[in-house]
Amino acid sequence: MMVWTLAQRELRSLFLSPLAWSILAVGQFILAYLFLSQMNDYIMVQPQLKLLDNAPGVTQLLVTPLYGSAAFILMLIVPLLTMRLISEERRNQSLALLFSAPVSMTEIILGKYLGIMLFLVLMILLISVMPLSLLVAGPLDLGHLAAIIIGMLLLVACFAALGLYMSTLTVQPTVAAVSTFGALLLFWIIDWAGDKVSNAEASGLLSYLSILRHFEAMARGVFSSADLAYFLLFITTFLVLSIRRLDADRLQH
Amino acid sequence: MTDNSLVSVQHLDRHYGELTAVANVSFELEQGEVLGFLGPNGAGKSTTMQIITGNLAPSAGSIKICGIDLTEHPKQAKAEIGFLPEQPPLYRELSVDEYLGFCARLNRIRRNKIQQAVDRVKQRCGLEEVGKRLINNLSKGYQQRVGIAQAVIHSPSIVVLDEPTVGLDPIQIREIRALIRELGKEHGVILSTHILPEVQMTCDRVQIINRGRLVFSDSVSNLNRQRDSRSLLLTLQQPPAETELLTIAEVERVEHLGGGQWRIHHRPDASPATRLAERAVAGHWGLAELSPEYTSLEQIFIDITTSEAGHHEEQAA
Repeated sequence: MMVWTLAQRELRSLFLSPLAWSILAVGQFILAYLFLSQMNDYIMVQPQLKLLDNAPGVTQLLVTPLYGSAAFILMLIVPLLTMRLISEERRNQSLALLFSAPVSMTEIILGKYLGIMLFLVLMILLISVMPLSLLVAGPLDLGHLAAIIIGMLLLVACFAALGLYMSTLTVQPTVAAVSTFGALLLFWIIDWAGDKVSNAEASGLLSYLSILRHFEAMARGVFSSADLAYFLLFITTFLVLSIRRLDADRLQH
Repeated sequence: MTDNSLVSVQHLDRHYGELTAVANVSFELEQGEVLGFLGPNGAGKSTTMQIITGNLAPSAGSIKICGIDLTEHPKQAKAEIGFLPEQPPLYRELSVDEYLGFCARLNRIRRNKIQQAVDRVKQRCGLEEVGKRLINNLSKGYQQRVGIAQAVIHSPSIVVLDEPTVGLDPIQIREIRALIRELGKEHGVILSTHILPEVQMTCDRVQIINRGRLVFSDSVSNLNRQRDSRSLLLTLQQPPAETELLTIAEVERVEHLGGGQWRIHHRPDASPATRLAERAVAGHWGLAELSPEYTSLEQIFIDITTSEAGHHEEQAA
């Protein structure tokens, strides 16, 4: 209940700033352009595909790359959305309102997280309208599409949790944005080193840590509980860290 | 410690690393009382208020709000408190109505009572005209009122206001003070300030805090009694000889301040004002000014804070 009140306020403030609107517009425009050019390529190669026995379907050729690009673009966008969550309130000294109200730190963090997640869900829904429009022309592998969308949601949930934590660390929203982006990029590329490490164990660890590996599995339509566990662990870790960090504001020694 | 006190603070300590911001502060607030917290900048007023409202954790000591321990049951205790920090905690992108609605929900006012609570608090704080406007576009005085409205929207038992009149113009200051007096009728109010007349005008009791310690606590009416006049200021155009002034029975001592101005010290129970005026007229002294001098709260404040400082220096040496 209180979480919902906080989330609503967060979402409302987000839409009162031009930032949210421009992010939605620019993101949608770039992805639509990518989607169209991909479609063009597909139409070009379609006659040859017909000759193949076990040809990849339209979902694999069109939808998977679209969400792959979306994941990368969201990695750039989410830090901009999460940067102000706590840091701006701290700078405006409006956190006192939440601290003196009868709400717990957990409720504050979950409220803010839910607010930003609602926005990101909306963004993913808008992106998903593009592949769904293909249904007009022919059938899609809906199971595969559902797996990708769920993977995408889990991915941005991780991005947002990390961004929220970074925002609790600082007073400057830009510092929060830069550090969130840096951390996300590290999680994205951490397995690159893994390929070159001869020690199998270390390389396995690095590739397990890579957020992209887990998303790629889901984007291929493979929904495994190991990936799910990774995402949930990631989210919980950063939410708990955020709560602890906010509580430390009260204790500061 | 009485059971019906709204706030009961016992042996409160707060350290920031090496620095001690608040040391062994204990006080209580009763129903319908306006308590003024007075102190120089950096004395620990804001820290104390942040601790009472749960914005800061104390290093040691206990705080009970309406009998509820703040550290053990923060949610229940915080429901009884309204807090206006030094900087009003506003969401500037929201309109006044939206903001107050959010504050009402945040303080767990029931859904069907929210509109009523918002209307009531707007009427009380004089915000009826600006409900639809964005907080960002309001003047400082109105923003301050929105801050106060936020603190009282859930009719808390205790309202804590940290320097509520800073940065306002004189008319706004008067309005805010009247509002605080009004709040004092229903709620217990704790107010911090470094403006001395404000305390005399709005508070029932005053506590002076200096270097994190509570150094003075008394009711304002007692204070007014104590500061009875013991001297008069007298300005004469044709002053007589000093010995002539001393012949008046009640006069103990005179002090020439230059330019025809004298300070006449007298016994606290008898004022020589009437006799002085009579003699001045009879003797053609050219009476220009005759007024009692009060020991102001300011004097007490300065006495206390500087003597404390001196004391500390002695200790250090």
